[in-house]
Amino acid sequence: MKEFQYTITDPIGIHARPAGMLAKAAKALDSTVTITKGDGSKSAAATKLMAIMGMGIKSGETVTVTVEGGNEEANCATIQQFFKENL
Amino acid sequence: MILMQGKGVSKGVANGPIYFFQRPDTTISDAPAADIEAEKARIAAAQEKAIDQLNVLADKAREETGDETAILFETHAMFVEDEDYVDCMMNALEERGCLAEKAVAIAGEEFSAMLAAMDDPYMQGRAADIKDITRRILNNLMGIADGGIDSDVPVILAADDLAPSETLQLDKSKILGFMTQGGSGNSHTAILARTMGIPAICGLGEALKEEQSGRMAYIDGETGQVAIEPDEITLSAFQTKQEKQREMKELMETMKGQKDVTLDGREMMVYCNIGSPADVAAVLSNDGQGIGLFRSEFLYLAASDYPSEEDQFKAYQEVAAAMGGKRVVIRTLDIGADKQVDYFQLHKEENPALGVRAIRICLNRPEVFRTQLRALYRASAYGKVAIMFPMITSVWEVKECKRACQKVMAELDKEGIPYNKDTEIGIMIETPASVLVAEELAQEVDFFSVGTNDLTQYTLACDRQANDLGKFFDPHHPAVLRALKIATDAAHKAGIWIGICGELGADLELLETFLAIGIDELSVSPASVLPLRAEIRKSIAKTCTLEKLEC
Repeated sequence: MKEFQYTITDPIGIHARPAGMLAKAAKALDSTVTITKGDGSKSAAATKLMAIMGMGIKSGETVTVTVEGGNEEANCATIQQFFKENL
Repeated sequence: MILMQGKGVSKGVANGPIYFFQRPDTTISDAPAADIEAEKARIAAAQEKAIDQLNVLADKAREETGDETAILFETHAMFVEDEDYVDCMMNALEERGCLAEKAVAIAGEEFSAMLAAMDDPYMQGRAADIKDITRRILNNLMGIADGGIDSDVPVILAADDLAPSETLQLDKSKILGFMTQGGSGNSHTAILARTMGIPAICGLGEALKEEQSGRMAYIDGETGQVAIEPDEITLSAFQTKQEKQREMKELMETMKGQKDVTLDGREMMVYCNIGSPADVAAVLSNDGQGIGLFRSEFLYLAASDYPSEEDQFKAYQEVAAAMGGKRVVIRTLDIGADKQVDYFQLHKEENPALGVRAIRICLNRPEVFRTQLRALYRASAYGKVAIMFPMITSVWEVKECKRACQKVMAELDKEGIPYNKDTEIGIMIETPASVLVAEELAQEVDFFSVGTNDLTQYTLACDRQANDLGKFFDPHHPAVLRALKIATDAAHKAGIWIGICGELGADLELLETFLAIGIDELSVSPASVLPLRAEIRKSIAKTCTLEKLEC
């Protein structure tokens, strides 16, 4: 399992469009990507658009992203890049 | 033959099959399902169809309006595919043994409620998106066509009455005419019909029935007469009128490109009212000299979230550029009253026409206002844009609007974005208050434009949406016409121009009165331009009288 932490810079947090793009990106990978809220209270698979929106992750919040199974190394880098570019 | 009599609200004769508007709000049955697996398959098929539709919409949007709208549809497609959302439907089927429709409705309610309950206004706004896609899946399940009209040939659209958001979604290329059970000359159906230049009849009441769908009918939007499967005599009367109408139109076409002056040399500017960039074609084909009212609401009504600066800029720029240097007066958002938008989350008001609407919303929500003003000023670099504020009652409101404009201009300066510093600023005269303080208001702005529908409503204390006020709702009332005179005198004293952008502008019976009052501009629906021009060139301004201002 690989994991990284990321602090959201998008002013409206993880909103519909990037969450949708994230779901799309995560579906294309052979790993299971999970997002966990900073306080550990909620987590959801990155492929689940509405569940991710339901976590209500705001700007400035730090999330933990885990990548499990498949080509973890490369997939983790892909997702990390996605966060940097879109969130 | 069946004959019906309603009120003609948009002139012209049309014939075609009747199509009864399918209201997307059909009730959902609680009946138990016979076969759960079959219901699951129905959901899967409706879901797949929704994704296809959204992808088509996204492609179309990408070509026509750009990436922003396209991404919205793509996001909707992703919502439709969401695992939890679909699981929720399937679980509902298993647990309740209900029909597919019920299961979809349950999932839609559950997820939109989840978002609506979040403490973030953005996420709360997304509830509308879930409702929207849920509606789409339900429509697919129930066989309700997108755009409301499931027909290969153009139809005469029949309905009880249409809400503004419903008229916006209609596929207009398929409509030959309108007829409604309720409604009035000021209803949105009537306004839309006049913009499109097609006939409309309202107030047909119970005589108009859903089972008449599919039958051939002739309608006359002037007399308000409808004939379903007319007999030979009636048919020939309709056809003669239709023929005359065609000849008239050809004659009118010959006036194109000429100035509009009365016989004694008084010039009148004849502009058009439009509701979206798609209407510009009609303005150009009718030779309108400018746009006197571009209602920006379409951007807000058609969206499920606040339209971005970019989306707005593109729409305004498109119109400004298409008009090639002719004046384009764009009215800032006029939401509230009869035009409601979910994501604005306005409080329910007992008396919305007297509530927080139009400029009041803008002044209460500076961010919404700022986004629109930025888009407007950016578009001003591409044509002759003028900005108009609706529902003004006080001088301080105008001052505050102008401060907001100054702020936006300073921002654009700083960012190095081009705009026209001399963009004209005007206000709508549609409240009695604005008439009474017109002299002071005229000191602040470059032009006035009178919204006669609201001015009549507020002056006469008559709800413009009500069907049964009849003779009490009289836009020819001397009080309304005197208000026009007061505003005009105030405008001219300050050296600014004044126009009429309400429905009254196209009222040929009042043209003399307008000339006598000294109105400088009339902004009417594109289809009214040519008859109005014909009338202006037959008039003599100096013999026009103010007799209609007398009681």
